[in-house]
Amino acid sequence: MEDSLTPSPACGGGPGWGWQWDRSGAGFRRESSPTPTLPRKRGRGLHLVALLLLLAAPCLAAIGDPAERLPDPAQEARAQALGRELRCMVCQNQSIEDSDADLARDLRRIVREQVGAGRSDEQVMRFLHERYGDFVLLRPPVNAATAILWAMPAIALGGGALMILAARRRRVAQLGSSRALAEPAALSPAEQARLARLDGSGGAAG
Amino acid sequence: MSTPMGAAAPNPWRRRALLWLPLGAAVAAGAGFLGMLRGLRTGEYDPRGVPSALLGKAPPEFTLPPLEGADRPALAAADLRGAARPVLVNFFASWCAPCVAEHPFLVRLQRAGVPLMGVAYKDRPADSLAFLRRHGNPYGRIGVDQPGRVAIDWGLYGVPETYLIDKAGLIRWRWAGPITEEVLGRDLEPLLRRYA
Repeated sequence: MEDSLTPSPACGGGPGWGWQWDRSGAGFRRESSPTPTLPRKRGRGLHLVALLLLLAAPCLAAIGDPAERLPDPAQEARAQALGRELRCMVCQNQSIEDSDADLARDLRRIVREQVGAGRSDEQVMRFLHERYGDFVLLRPPVNAATAILWAMPAIALGGGALMILAARRRRVAQLGSSRALAEPAALSPAEQARLARLDGSGGAAG
Repeated sequence: MSTPMGAAAPNPWRRRALLWLPLGAAVAAGAGFLGMLRGLRTGEYDPRGVPSALLGKAPPEFTLPPLEGADRPALAAADLRGAARPVLVNFFASWCAPCVAEHPFLVRLQRAGVPLMGVAYKDRPADSLAFLRRHGNPYGRIGVDQPGRVAIDWGLYGVPETYLIDKAGLIRWRWAGPITEEVLGRDLEPLLRRYA
C-alpha cells in the first residue's frame, strides 16, 4: 500500500525522472568549468556513460517487475500483448505495459488475473473498454467518431495525388503553349496561296 | 499572339489570393490556439480530458466497507438508486492535494442540501479519517476502496473525480479533477437544477 501514497503517479521513466534530470544538468555545469586537462576530460566521458546508464535504469525497472508476471510464459506473453494495446489513462501516450503509473500497474494486474483465469483476449479488452471507453484502446475502433482518423492516410494520399495531377496538367498546358510559340500552326490554304504568290512575285523580281 | 502569353502569366487575382491565403490560415490558427490557451486557463478546455464511458449508464455494482470512526454508513451501488434528488459521488484521498483544494466546495454543496457520497481511494483509513477531521466531513456515506478495484469499475483514472447520478440512478456527469468555483457555476449547479 506504500506505493499508492505517491500523490502524482509518475509516467515512463519512473518516479523522480525530472528531478534526476535537473540534478544531472547542474552537476555537469559545475564540473565543466575548471581544470581543462586531458585525463579529466576522458573521465568526464566515462561519467557521461555511467550517468546515462543510471538514467536509463528506472526505464528498465518500470517495465517488468518480476513479481507481477504470470508463471506461465505463454499467458504472460498474451498479457503483455494485451497490455501494449491498452492506454495508460494517466500518462495518455504510453501503454500500460510501458507506464509506471499506479493505475497502469493496477490494470496490468487485472489483465494478468483475467488471462490467468482463462478469459479470452476479447473478453479482457471488453472488460476495460466498458470501463474506460474508446480512449483506453491504443488502436481506436472504426466508428463515426474515428472515421476521419482512419481515413486520414487515404485523404492525405488522395490530396497529394490530386495536387501532383493538377501541377502536371498545368505544366503540360504551359509546355503546349510554348511549343505553339516555337512551332507555329500549319498555314491555312489561303495563307499557303498567299505565300506562293509572294514567293512567285519575289522570284520574278529577283 | 497575346493569347499564349496571357495563359502563361498568373492571373493577378490568383496571385493575390496565394499571398493572403497563408496569412489568413496563420491568423485563423493563431486565433484557435489563443482560444485553446484561454480555455486551458479557465478550465473550459482540457486536452487531457476524457469523457466517461459510463455516461448515461447505471453505476457498476459494488459494496464497499465503511470508514471506521467516521460515524457514517458504508456505501453500495444500491444506495445510489431511487434517490429523491441527484446524488454526487466523490472519490478522494488524503494524499491528494487537489482533494484538499476542492473540499470546501464539497462542504458548501452538502450545506446546500446536495446528497454527497464519498469513496476513499487507495488511502489508509486512519489517514482518510484524519483528513475528514481536519477539513470537515461532507459525505452522507463513505466507502473505503483501499485496493482501488471499485474505482476501476467506475473508470476512474485519478483523484479527485466526481460523478453526478440522477434520480433514475444513471450517471449524468463526470468531472476528473478538483471542483472549483468555475466548475461549480458553469457545470455542476446547472446540472443539479436540470436533474432536480
